[in-house]
Amino acid sequence: MKGEKNKNKVKVSAQDRTVEIICYIFFCVAAFLCVYPFYYIIINTISANDISARGDIIFLPKSIHFHNYTSAFQISGLLQAFNISLLRTVIGTSLTVFASAFLGFMFTQEKMWLRKFWYRLVVATMYFNAGIIPWYLVMKSMHLTNNFMGYILPAIVSPFNLILTKTFVESVPKELQEAAEIDGASVLTVFFKVIIPVIKPIMATVAIFSAVSQWNAFQDTLLLMTNTKLYPLQFVLYQYLNQASSLASLAQSGTSTASLAAAAATAQTTTSVRMTITVIVVLPIMLVYPIFQKYFVKGIMIGAVKG
Amino acid sequence: MSKKKIYSIKLFLLVLPFIILVLTFCYYPLYGWMYAFFDYRPPKTLSQCQFVGFKWFESLVSSQVKIDQIIQVLKNTFAMSGLTLGTSWLPMIFAVFLNEIRSVKFRKFVQTVTTLPNFVSWVMVYSIAFSLFNSTGMMNSLLLKTGIIDTPILFLQSTKHVWFTQWLWLTWKNLGWAAIMYIAAISSIDDELIQAARVDGASRMQIVKHITIPSLLPTYFVLLVLNVANFLNNGMEQYYVFQNAFNKDYIQVLDLYVYNMAMGSGGYPVSVAVSMLKSLVSVILLIIVNKSSKLIRGESIL
Repeated sequence: MKGEKNKNKVKVSAQDRTVEIICYIFFCVAAFLCVYPFYYIIINTISANDISARGDIIFLPKSIHFHNYTSAFQISGLLQAFNISLLRTVIGTSLTVFASAFLGFMFTQEKMWLRKFWYRLVVATMYFNAGIIPWYLVMKSMHLTNNFMGYILPAIVSPFNLILTKTFVESVPKELQEAAEIDGASVLTVFFKVIIPVIKPIMATVAIFSAVSQWNAFQDTLLLMTNTKLYPLQFVLYQYLNQASSLASLAQSGTSTASLAAAAATAQTTTSVRMTITVIVVLPIMLVYPIFQKYFVKGIMIGAVKG
Repeated sequence: MSKKKIYSIKLFLLVLPFIILVLTFCYYPLYGWMYAFFDYRPPKTLSQCQFVGFKWFESLVSSQVKIDQIIQVLKNTFAMSGLTLGTSWLPMIFAVFLNEIRSVKFRKFVQTVTTLPNFVSWVMVYSIAFSLFNSTGMMNSLLLKTGIIDTPILFLQSTKHVWFTQWLWLTWKNLGWAAIMYIAAISSIDDELIQAARVDGASRMQIVKHITIPSLLPTYFVLLVLNVANFLNNGMEQYYVFQNAFNKDYIQVLDLYVYNMAMGSGGYPVSVAVSMLKSLVSVILLIIVNKSSKLIRGESIL
């Protein structure tokens, strides 16, 4: 075996070498393109705001300070938005995880009345939707507009997560449940005492997918909420971006001079606030992601086999 | 009722609350398609409104201005989906060549880093784009400093290459993540096959060409078919956050058009009519690709 390996090494041709070098260069560039934007924003938030506003911070931070972060939460509405984001992520995720685990288990119970029909009814929703306006009108008729529950209720049952958990439950030996039932356990006892302990890995996967989508959600706020108290971080950031870009286009059209000078002076804080919020929103994902990467990968694998 | 029947109903009752949620939020909105046939004005209820038949559908093509607008929207949709479809092999190639990297650490690093953008929302992507490409952003200050340009370029307000830049952002966000599936598929290729080819003196490019890529094609085909079925569904979030007064004409895809129309002049009924037509075409596409996949590969995707 060892001899064979050496023989392979000898046989590395010039062409193979070039291929490898090109690959290394390509992937270095790809990795750079994915990391640098985040890095750029972070170094700009910890550099002096006036240098940063001139666009002079490109590769290294200058005169480092953390004032942007300490003052960020004094901006009116930002702490509220952070709380809303956190609340919808925590509540939404726990409900989705529970619902996916429970339904994933229940839909393996062959004795259920019309089991296949109900399962297909749920999974079919992955392939169609009525459109945003009919959805909005339904939400409105149920008083879920300007209501925190509008973030939670529609997200509880997710067909994709259901498929993930059901596939996982199917791989659990049937004997486990049968043994518990002989001992007199009811379906619910089986679920809580026998199934949950063994399906924890897939529950973690679902939790992460669901948490990311709740944390990142934007469109439902856009459609449902006009009450600023219910805006999550994503939406508040979008508003800041919009103000900043309208400021920028105002400056470009170059109509008056005095008001524009004032706008340029305030633009500095818009820039730093915008970037600081961006970091605050991205950071949880960047910190959590590398730790949980294997769960993401597991999720997409099971999804791929099934989907 | 027998004991068995009671038990089977009991099991059903346990999932009933969740079924009700699905019916309410996914099936009940379909009833909202009715709005496309009524002269609906918001404070009224549907029963108080007048039935107008296909009036709203006809109004979509009632004047030259409207026809031009619809054609532009369709062009945008087809261009963006076409670009995505035409480059759908990129993740596969990405995975194949990542597999050629010998250092496991470097491979893992690249994989982790390139999947990160997928977990960042479109608002974040726009915020990043704005930070890098606005008039005082990294790109402009670099170009100004090196003297390539002397006035900042407004990249985000540009009306040129909108389709292409949107495709670039989409690719930046998705490429690494889409490659994961292929990376996993590569690791399941029989190692003996590759060893045998090596013994026969195959170069690495030959192995890639004759073993790795052919074994990935089934996965690629399934994903391609799903992409075709989703041809009209670009989603609106990406285009909504990137749209502004300047690039609006080139960025408005069907999904965004439906939203803009409902919020703007068109009102609810017309936009419901458009999204209804879109859904019908999507379902037909899905059925066609599913049937053809059955015919060609003897396997349906649904």
